[in-house]
Amino acid sequence: MKLDTSGLESAVPVWGAPSELVDGFSAAPSFEVPNTTDFDGFQKDAIQMVKPAKGTTTLAFIFKEGVMVAADSRASMGGYISSQSVKKIIEINPYMLGTMAGGAADCQFWHRNLGIKCRLHELANKRRISVTGASKLLANILYSYRGMGLSVGTMIAGWDETGPGLYYVDSEGGRLKGMRFSVGSGSPYAYGVLDNGYRYDMSVEEAAELARRSIYHATFRDGASGGVASVYYVGPNGWKKLSGDDVGELHYKYYPVMPSTVEQEMVEVAGA
Amino acid sequence: MARYDRAITVFSPDGHLFQVEYALEAVRKGNAAVGVRGTDIVVLGVEKKSAAKLQDSRSVRKIVNLDNHIALACAGLKADARVLINRARIECQSHRLTVEDPVTVEYITRYIAGLQQKYTQSGGVRPFGLSTLIVGFDPYSGAPSLYQTDPSGTFSAWKANATGRNSNSIREFLEKNYKETSGQETIKLAIRALLEVVESGGKNIEVAVMTKEHGLRQLDEAEIDAIAAEIEAEKEAAEAAKKAPPKDK
Repeated sequence: MKLDTSGLESAVPVWGAPSELVDGFSAAPSFEVPNTTDFDGFQKDAIQMVKPAKGTTTLAFIFKEGVMVAADSRASMGGYISSQSVKKIIEINPYMLGTMAGGAADCQFWHRNLGIKCRLHELANKRRISVTGASKLLANILYSYRGMGLSVGTMIAGWDETGPGLYYVDSEGGRLKGMRFSVGSGSPYAYGVLDNGYRYDMSVEEAAELARRSIYHATFRDGASGGVASVYYVGPNGWKKLSGDDVGELHYKYYPVMPSTVEQEMVEVAGA
Repeated sequence: MARYDRAITVFSPDGHLFQVEYALEAVRKGNAAVGVRGTDIVVLGVEKKSAAKLQDSRSVRKIVNLDNHIALACAGLKADARVLINRARIECQSHRLTVEDPVTVEYITRYIAGLQQKYTQSGGVRPFGLSTLIVGFDPYSGAPSLYQTDPSGTFSAWKANATGRNSNSIREFLEKNYKETSGQETIKLAIRALLEVVESGGKNIEVAVMTKEHGLRQLDEAEIDAIAAEIEAEKEAAEAAKKAPPKDK
């Protein structure tokens, strides 16, 4: 649909700054629109281009002892690996964690903002906010920015009065309560290992190993995931970082190199 | 002095906001209301002016629900009360929507008090002419609470309180006779307090009780009459015991 912008056209060319007041009349308020025939299509394309492909692997699951949260640490811009040491697990407050998938800036900013809101709630109501409430606050904010190009695929994990809590919240405005989630381009691979090995009554060590292994397998197959596999545990006394292992080292730990017998060996030929 | 009561945004030289104090006067002329907190129950009682013959008394409810677990009674301008109650009801639901949890009694009291304060600091409006008694149970801990707000926007928690006409006498009575009670005893205490200033009889008082399990329940006239009769009997027995010489002397 072509917008009728004739009312906005001023006497000067579009690229120039609006000229001085003409004849003492102030110019009508105007903004520059792109020089294109299909403005709405253009806007849609622009948003699609800006929306990153959520190149990452994050996962979280609830089990008997609490919540386990794990993520990789690679940031990629297309085919370029921009960083191998990104903190994708964000500490909202001492008993709540958020994971980062999608736009790094969006995730970091809005998680920080959520942390502020949670603290204000605590001060006003003299009790901690529930994981339900915190995730709902974030989801409502993201919903109000729907369609404006935010890219956030996060999980809010925490421990409150009702026990362990886990919610998935995204920038489309969706919010889901669940026991197991994985978000990012590596999530199908992580789900394969996670869903296969999951049991509700695991110990903390078993659950940590399952989380670590799931992230490792995702980084093995997905090019946009890699770096360090961080594992956090959220229990009744808050969260605790359990491990951060380089996935390259994890590979050789799980699949150690077997020295194979040498069948034929190349020998230096003397002379010639 | 007359110059400082024209608009509420003006302080008087000796630090009074006259409009707020006049609003408190309006409260003092309103119906008596009493609230008592027990260990597992909260009771609200309100003086009821005798209903006109043709009036449908059921449409004149003075004790209302704000949510399943919170109730409110007030003294003062009833029309102002309607507006405040509507805003509070919306806030209760809005809170449920944004944090998926029912409000605590303290939260909604803070909200109502905040609203009352806003109207003491805006241009062109007058304060709400009512004090409220808010009762309810905390959705988590199950603890009962009683709060009171007034036209200035202050609020505090009480074990038992009264507002409206003759509230001072009722409060004195409560201070002398308050004990931690539960169930029927709390209801009796509330009715006894109210009967200090109101003519006896179920026709003249409206009583509602709230429990954690059953929410708000309005007592019907017969029940109130029965309890009032009990109270009368106890009073007479106490008088008789005082007058008669003690037997073991």
